[in-house]
Amino acid sequence: MADEPVIVIGAGPAGTRAAQRLVQAGLRPVVIDENDRQGGQIYRRQPENFHRTPEKLYGTEAAKATALHTDFDLLRPRIDYRPGTTVWGVSDEGLMTVCGQDVTIVPFSRVIIASGATDRIMPVPGWTTPGAYSLGAAQIALKAQACAIGQKPVFMGTGPLLYLVAWQYLQAGARPAAVLDTSALSTRMKGLLRMASRARVVANGVRYMADLARAGVRLHAGITPRAIEASNNQVSGVTWCDSRGRLRQVSCDAVGMGYGLRSETQLADLLKCEFIFDPCFTQWRPHVDRNGRTSRPDVYLAGDGVLLRGADAAEAAGQLAACAVLRDGGHSVEDTEFTQLHETLAIMNHFGRGLAEAFPWPAHLAGALPDETVVCRCENITAGEIRRAAGELDAPEMNRAKALTRPGMGRCQGRMCGLAAAEILAAARNVPVREVGRLRTAAPVKPLPLNCTVKS
Amino acid sequence: MTTYPTNRMQADVIIVGGGFMGAATAFFLRRQGLSVILLERDLVGQAASGVNFGNVRRQSRYLGQLPLANRSRDIWLNLPRLIGEDAEFVMSGHILVTTSEKDGARLEKYAVDCKPYGLDLTIMTGDQARAKFPMVGPDIRTVSYSPLDGHANPRLAAPAFGRAARRAGARVIENTEVCAITKTSEDFIVETRNGQSFQAPLLQISSGAWGRAMAASFGEDIPFAANGPQMGVTEPLPYRIGPVIGSASSVLEEGVYLRQVKRGNIVYGGGRRSVADLVAKRSPIDPLNTMRQMPYLARLVPQIARLRVIRTWSGVEGYVGDNLPIMGPSSKVPGLFFAFGFCGHGFQLGPGVGMTMAELIATGRTDIPLEPFHIKRFQ
Repeated sequence: MADEPVIVIGAGPAGTRAAQRLVQAGLRPVVIDENDRQGGQIYRRQPENFHRTPEKLYGTEAAKATALHTDFDLLRPRIDYRPGTTVWGVSDEGLMTVCGQDVTIVPFSRVIIASGATDRIMPVPGWTTPGAYSLGAAQIALKAQACAIGQKPVFMGTGPLLYLVAWQYLQAGARPAAVLDTSALSTRMKGLLRMASRARVVANGVRYMADLARAGVRLHAGITPRAIEASNNQVSGVTWCDSRGRLRQVSCDAVGMGYGLRSETQLADLLKCEFIFDPCFTQWRPHVDRNGRTSRPDVYLAGDGVLLRGADAAEAAGQLAACAVLRDGGHSVEDTEFTQLHETLAIMNHFGRGLAEAFPWPAHLAGALPDETVVCRCENITAGEIRRAAGELDAPEMNRAKALTRPGMGRCQGRMCGLAAAEILAAARNVPVREVGRLRTAAPVKPLPLNCTVKS
Repeated sequence: MTTYPTNRMQADVIIVGGGFMGAATAFFLRRQGLSVILLERDLVGQAASGVNFGNVRRQSRYLGQLPLANRSRDIWLNLPRLIGEDAEFVMSGHILVTTSEKDGARLEKYAVDCKPYGLDLTIMTGDQARAKFPMVGPDIRTVSYSPLDGHANPRLAAPAFGRAARRAGARVIENTEVCAITKTSEDFIVETRNGQSFQAPLLQISSGAWGRAMAASFGEDIPFAANGPQMGVTEPLPYRIGPVIGSASSVLEEGVYLRQVKRGNIVYGGGRRSVADLVAKRSPIDPLNTMRQMPYLARLVPQIARLRVIRTWSGVEGYVGDNLPIMGPSSKVPGLFFAFGFCGHGFQLGPGVGMTMAELIATGRTDIPLEPFHIKRFQ
């Protein structure tokens, strides 16, 4: 399919910069984005008729957001832009996309996937109560719709996003009840050494924390979540153990949860790219070389969809993947461009590892979840059911556990629960989590209407 | 002179392949009092046994297969007593529907022909069917209703038989791929890739789509293809569709079928099949097939068009040239038995195949007629 276009999937920081670089080389890429407006998650744009300032929406990152939006708008006449369109499968003839009820087959010569990441969730008793959201959802509500998940939300989990979202809620006029972080202060100090490579980013984080503290928001470190409490089937509070093991409680009207991120890797899986277990991020991901080339010669990956390094790295990685596509397609790209991008990304890699060290995924919490806690919320599968798969039914890996007791069998195909379910299975079988594997992806990546038709 | 390693594991019977047929045979052989070693390359019930539609259907089968299917159905009803779980079997009834006069006449003829075999079907007009099953679409003009058939969960059934066989004393050995089977004057010697060795005077090959190569190694090749069913499932909605609904169309693309599980999801399949990759142990699911299935599913149950598909899958199934399985004794090697290549209609038969093969292996005879399935038909 050498004559077919280059496809970029995703129009966040990585996808935008990839498309821009391809256009610079004279190509007219197809840019397919699931969102109705460009920007991705971090630089998500508000609907057309909303008029908040970039400073209000993006805080310290306003200039970057504006640059990404402006640059994309300039690209528009020179790309085939398909917003509101989901790639749901892969056929011999090309990518299967759906927009509303219209399915289109998009052939490609090469494809750059910049599919981003979603929150990594650790279930806790009560987490499926109305009023409990992922951090990403809490952020989308605020950025896109100017809605808050609550007047006094608790933000619980770990990672820098916890403080950023809490700060954004504070700016928006909410009064966060608390920020509960499973990472202990001493753990964070260890990661800080690596993170010093990007002092400005660290300074921003410290500023968010200081602003929150000044506003009277309690920031607790080294906590162990116990439960999200409900009254009248609505979130009413959170109980947790503090770093000294004392049981604590805080009243709230909503919870935003997240334990770092997980890459959206389904499309690479459907395209049969080789996967590896990444011990730094403790999750499976497609294998890529330093330019974003996968094991498949026509598939490239960039951004948080493959390596969790954040938005700045995603911009560089998007450009880099485009350079690789161009060079592999016979276009000339200067070595210096590669070198400069590698240097930029080396700093980001170092920083990303520091972040993962400072705010580690609390895998041990999964093994300790009570049997009756729901883990797979699509299928209502409890931790106990996963342990039954591990023990009585002798499932050695995730796909077998899914076949026997259904974790990850529902609408989201385990995107929400899969990593936690794997930890539960691994703990129950007393093996490292990599040994229980990962859930295989099946088309459609997102639910597909049965009344759609192929448009040629 | 051959010298045998002393650590070679021995039994009365070795079964190569732990799909539904192998697992059920192992279970019933234990009830016949024979010692059994079941060798499974991956995990029990992972290939065709685990990915099929889950039909527990007798109607429209080859008539000569009905005695076996009837025996199997009786076992399905007794699963909890027999193996301690029901594999989600529900006697929901099964309807075959058609929009064409020609296919309708075929349904009517079959309903007469199958009666001597103890299968009672009711032929209905479209309106009669819609009065009983309101979800059936307006284009349907003839319906054949089999009240005593139903459906079950293929992901659960074979593993459940595997565990029951193990509890009954069978040695179920998973993650062990057979690389060579040889016959000495007395015994079969089975070598595995991980260096193990097994010995038994009797051996059953029940390795599905991989069975053909094993049969061929004994000089008994057959016309064969490995294909992948095209399955899918919708998001759940309240449990309303009782019977399994299948199209009786003779047009390949139109031949889709669906069932609703009690959790509410609608499982469906049918139409064209993909070509399986026996080395990768996978069959592709072609998304274009998913698209082709949609309008035909909506013809069976129009309301389905308002739902969304949440997952599709395929797997490796073995199809014999005449669309009937290979089942029974080898025509060349004494002590060798086959039960493979069930052509996408083996799930219902699984328990019956297990009981019948165990009977045949243990006693040398069975009352179930197996001649149409003998491998010798291809010689």
